[in-house]
Amino acid sequence: MSLLQVHKVSKLFGSLVAVNDVSMTVEPGELRAVIGPNGAGKTTFFNLITGFFRPTSGSIIFNGDDITALLPARRVWRGIARTFQITEVFPELTVHENLRIPVEVASGFRLKPWLSRDNDAKVRARVAELLEMGGLADKAGRLVGELAHGDQRSTEIMMAIALNPRLLLLDEPTAGMGEQETFEIIQLIRRLHKDSKLTIVLIEHDMRVVFHLADRIMVLDQGKFLAEGTPQEIAKNEAVQTAYLGKAA
Amino acid sequence: MVRFVKSSSDILIWLILLGAPFWLPAAGSYVELGTHIVVLALAAMSLNFLLGFTGVLSFGHAAYFGLGAYGTALTIKYLYPSTPLGMLVGVVIGTIAAAVIGLMIVRLRGVYFAMCTIAFGQVFYFIAFQWFSLTGGDDGVSAWHRVPLDFGFTTVNILNNNKAFYYFVLAVFALSVGVMAFLLRSPFGRTLLAIRENERRARFLGIPVDAHIWMSWVISCFFVSVAGTLFALMNDFIDPRAIRWDQSGTFVIMAVLGGMRNFWGPLIGAAIYIALQDYLSSHTENWMSFIGLFFVLIVLFFPRGVLGIIRRKVVS
Repeated sequence: MSLLQVHKVSKLFGSLVAVNDVSMTVEPGELRAVIGPNGAGKTTFFNLITGFFRPTSGSIIFNGDDITALLPARRVWRGIARTFQITEVFPELTVHENLRIPVEVASGFRLKPWLSRDNDAKVRARVAELLEMGGLADKAGRLVGELAHGDQRSTEIMMAIALNPRLLLLDEPTAGMGEQETFEIIQLIRRLHKDSKLTIVLIEHDMRVVFHLADRIMVLDQGKFLAEGTPQEIAKNEAVQTAYLGKAA
Repeated sequence: MVRFVKSSSDILIWLILLGAPFWLPAAGSYVELGTHIVVLALAAMSLNFLLGFTGVLSFGHAAYFGLGAYGTALTIKYLYPSTPLGMLVGVVIGTIAAAVIGLMIVRLRGVYFAMCTIAFGQVFYFIAFQWFSLTGGDDGVSAWHRVPLDFGFTTVNILNNNKAFYYFVLAVFALSVGVMAFLLRSPFGRTLLAIRENERRARFLGIPVDAHIWMSWVISCFFVSVAGTLFALMNDFIDPRAIRWDQSGTFVIMAVLGGMRNFWGPLIGAAIYIALQDYLSSHTENWMSFIGLFFVLIVLFFPRGVLGIIRRKVVS
């Protein structure tokens, strides 16, 4: 069974059609990239999947259940986690606290006024594991707001991972990053995908990132579906070249 | 280092509070000033649970402060002369009102939330002001007084012994802020910090933000109504000024003055505010202008409040 089936969704803001009748199916374990020129509706498409907006029409099936009308927090509980184009973290808390909060939420502790010693140890162990995985162990005690952009982004990705998602949505994970930072984030995403067998959908501008990482690519243009296929197929696709790659060259 | 400074400053604050009935008179002041500070500090710290640790500004906390106070006064005057019963009734009324009103306003944010808290607060002010037969209107509820505490084996005379009353107030204060500090260190408390820091992120980590803000609001109003009961007991009197919107503003000023990101900030703010008020009001009718000026200077130059200044020194 497909993990995510987006069926003919559209989103209108007044008379502006931001997403126009787009469908997408993602299989478990897949790494899918969504690309397209500026204003193609990629982020809006993400926002429909995560519940930031409700689609004007169409439906979203996750793991066999219709989640079209669910609130964001409930989609998270079902296993959809995301990051944002502009990094969204808790700047005045430490890296450790930033990871601890989602770990506790995912463990069902969000309403607990205290933790037993056992549960506290479990939470700490999980946070330590995430810090290690994200290459953040030596920065655990630092305030996230003081970290370099790349480390903030890693923190944000690990916060999403802390939720034990079945589907991870990354909105331009390497936006605004230098060479070295981009490389490190690519490595991190690759590890998450290959080692943890996580299903990932990402939006990306940087074509090197997309062609390095993705199993399949979907192309949007002006809110509409343009093409879908393997990186090789997309690279050869003439419509894509005109709309997107052609313009870039 | 920072942790050491933190725990030693905790100890210092408790020592100062415990010794207040002795050092205050020695310093040329009086015990009642200390009582006044502790009562309003509890109110400001309760407000700060919501303001400083959830990131939600209320300008209507005087409503629940006042409901606690009126509940206590009217119970002792008309129902049964018992201090604990009066407090219990006051807190229950204040908390229920907050829980119901919270449901109506919890989806609002920022200035809209603040405006609605003022509006609902003023509803209670006008009730207190107009319902003459019950509340005495503008004259307030007088001709009653707090009742000595009867523990069965012993009685504590909080009525005539001002030190005994101070320690009673301090015990309630300690219990209240202890619970709040405990909650803030819990998983639930961390979800509130998450909401303060970044509501969008919190929502997309699976925290139902509105529900958590509502809970924080109710907890905050519960403790502010506890402070209100103590306020009524302290004065053996209550009038509508304590429930009016400018009283809410005073709580906000205290929290911001002392530093709302610091747990003890509102206590420092309350101490400064009340000490200044006490000193200035014996010299001039316009004491409020001077406090206002002081407040503006602090906000302009030290946006993190008085404790923000000290903390920055410690870190650097």
